Amino acid sequence: MTIFDKKPQDAFQFVMGNEAIARGALEAGVQFAAGYPGTPSSEIIQVLSEAAKTMNIHSEWSTNEKVATEGAAAAAFAGLRSLSAMKNAGLSVALDFLTHLSYTGLGEGGGAMLAIVCDDPNAHSSGDETDSRWLAQFASAPLVEASSIQEARDITKWAFDLSQEFKCFVFLRGYTRLCHASSTIRMDELPEFDRKAMSDSSISINPYLGMPHHAAALEKLEKIRERFELSPFNFYEGPENPELIIVCGGSGKPCAEEALETLELQDRVGILKLGTLWPLPRRLVKNHLNKTRTLLFAEEVDPFLEHQVKEMLADDPVEGLRVFGKGSGHIPAFGEITPDRVMKALSTLLKIDYSPRSAAYHKILFEISEDDLIISRGLTWCPGCPHRASFWAIERAIKADGRDGYVTGDIGCSTLDVFPEGKEQMNLLHAMGSGTGLASGFGQLGQFGYTQPVINICGDSTFFHAAIPALINAVYNKSNMILVLLDNSATAMTGFQAHPGTGFNALGKPTEKIDTEKLCNSLGCKVTVSDPFDIRGTVKTIRGLLKEQGVRVLILRRSCEIVRMKKENLKPFTVGIEETKCKGEECEICFSRFRCPALFQEEKTGKAKLKEDICSGCGVCVQICPFNSIGRKEKA
Amino acid sequence: MTRLQKDPFNMIICGVGGQGNILLSRMIGRILIHKGYLVDIGETFGAAQRGGSVFSSLRISKKKNRGPLIPEGRAGVILSLEPLEALRMLSLFGNEEVSVIFNTQPVYPVGVLAKRFKYPELEKLRAAISKLSYQSWSLNATQLAMKLNAPIIANIIMLGALVGTNTIPISMEDVKSEIKNSLPSNKVELNWQALDIGFQAIK
Repeated sequence: MTIFDKKPQDAFQFVMGNEAIARGALEAGVQFAAGYPGTPSSEIIQVLSEAAKTMNIHSEWSTNEKVATEGAAAAAFAGLRSLSAMKNAGLSVALDFLTHLSYTGLGEGGGAMLAIVCDDPNAHSSGDETDSRWLAQFASAPLVEASSIQEARDITKWAFDLSQEFKCFVFLRGYTRLCHASSTIRMDELPEFDRKAMSDSSISINPYLGMPHHAAALEKLEKIRERFELSPFNFYEGPENPELIIVCGGSGKPCAEEALETLELQDRVGILKLGTLWPLPRRLVKNHLNKTRTLLFAEEVDPFLEHQVKEMLADDPVEGLRVFGKGSGHIPAFGEITPDRVMKALSTLLKIDYSPRSAAYHKILFEISEDDLIISRGLTWCPGCPHRASFWAIERAIKADGRDGYVTGDIGCSTLDVFPEGKEQMNLLHAMGSGTGLASGFGQLGQFGYTQPVINICGDSTFFHAAIPALINAVYNKSNMILVLLDNSATAMTGFQAHPGTGFNALGKPTEKIDTEKLCNSLGCKVTVSDPFDIRGTVKTIRGLLKEQGVRVLILRRSCEIVRMKKENLKPFTVGIEETKCKGEECEICFSRFRCPALFQEEKTGKAKLKEDICSGCGVCVQICPFNSIGRKEKA
Repeated sequence: MTRLQKDPFNMIICGVGGQGNILLSRMIGRILIHKGYLVDIGETFGAAQRGGSVFSSLRISKKKNRGPLIPEGRAGVILSLEPLEALRMLSLFGNEEVSVIFNTQPVYPVGVLAKRFKYPELEKLRAAISKLSYQSWSLNATQLAMKLNAPIIANIIMLGALVGTNTIPISMEDVKSEIKNSLPSNKVELNWQALDIGFQAIK
């Protein structure tokens, strides 16, 4: 049995939160799904792409989140049920379209659409931990979220009905502790249907004459607020007259529950859990607030609910009610919510003595911490990763050039450069495609005396996502820059998904392969291709390009090692170190500067040693050893 | 072991990105669910998988499903694919009653390669782990896996060892049938062998 079963026989299925969302969408009859990979959202489209292999569903990796959302909206305008899925950063890309889509609604075709955005509180795998909930308010669109994996399936289905009824798209918010958690869920049968897609060409749907459209959207939100007052996803658990009520949504609910159990406060404290966050169901919230004198908001990341309720209380005060949370400093103003954060706040407010460890245990921990045994573990590229070789070559070429080359970076595995013990080559790093836009800007500062060469390092999936308009801008405005395209034929960081340059679609089927050389050539860029594993050749090529003018593109092409290994399942070379030639401490280049995890310094001899269990056999270290002490033999 | 020591019983599976941590947590989760337990797992994917510290938290219960996060100091057992990571997790989730089972093969952090830190001596790590746990077991699963010409299978050797410690209610038969059901048939024999090696190593 799988989550694709039409008529599930077993009562329960063990799934990840993203799989539960996908199952809920399938049970709701979704027919069009599009997204761009981004942790923690990626598995939603991956699962629906798997479903699309056997069901009449379209699922795609789009070039970016805006295009994905526009595709999904087209399907909804044509009467189908659709979704787009993205991470928090991706919502900023899609937002221009979504703010207009809420003004127009989805038309009269009977379609429905979810914009699914998955936040990453704590920024476990992101450059920021922005809280998407505010953007529902900004975009005048309803927002719902689940507090458990079962609810993720249930609320997804429910949100499709809501969208269809009110003819507007609905935001469904996910977050790391839901998307990437796993649990057992109940599933229903998949529907049988055969909807024909069509659109009405006799009318124009557009947001112009904006003010009346905005007024209509707000009127619709008031009706949705009434619906939210009755939603099964909002409920109170706890005693009749609690000393304190914890108000929460999403991850706050299980954290609050855990905290109450651990502190044995179930008879004293209640939980008001909300699943429909915007617009706030004010009456329902107010009814529960009247039960207590103290509120604690347990939210991640920002005080979104806290602000809504405080605003409500400003309009309609409850005498003697005290409100605690991020505003009062009882819950930290950043990072994810945890049971410990809720316990800490509760023990302060209710004057309970709680410590997660006994004093004796704490003392042992303290003594051990004085020995500095727990050293940090920085992120790094995998053994055999082409990026390590590329960055090595770029660093050498910039040094040899001697004009203080300035590097702008981009998002993806290449980003590992900026982590502690990375190559630390990227001088600036922001958002998807921003490295190219920044380089385009730096490259136009010549008239102000700027003489440093400008190099933008960009991954292949990022290139298609957002770098192309910036590259066109650079050509059009006569910038001086080099775009180094690290082409590893995958969206590697998020799980090796296909993109327009791979020649495969989300279902793994062959499709048109966008030729980056031809594309960049047609824009008038000088295009050079090099193999990053040829270090000497690549350094020479980059040094040559640094001396030229105009917009230059260097494609460093080599497959992601994990993708290659999955396909070929063999090491190209056997690598060996000749101990007598290795200079050890006097040199240290291979382990302490190249920093391949498969090389380390042996304690006794001080010489380089190979970790055979993780060596990928790429053979690049052979080229970087100045004493020829590393050798490689081709595998038969 | 036929029943849980506590309800919920919290288990941490930890190691370094790329060691097969997630596969292991899913496998143990499925086995326990087959046996009628409720299991919730929490983990993080993405950047941390690139050589960073990774861990999965398993909440095992007979009573109800729970949130994925384990409160500080509340682990029942820690299964670690790397010695330093065992200590790191103990510093967060350890307590007087915790059991620890760890692979003694170190994976050096990139900061050690860059000579920014020194990797602690194994004996010091072992002593600290022992002080911070009720009971602990160790084996060099990586070396044992190298003997099978399959370094990646160290995680399955650790799973065999976990069964041997009798800390969670799963038997060798449970694990073998899960492997048979979830892996391609040509991998079953090798994985069974790895399980036995781990199980024996702990005896």
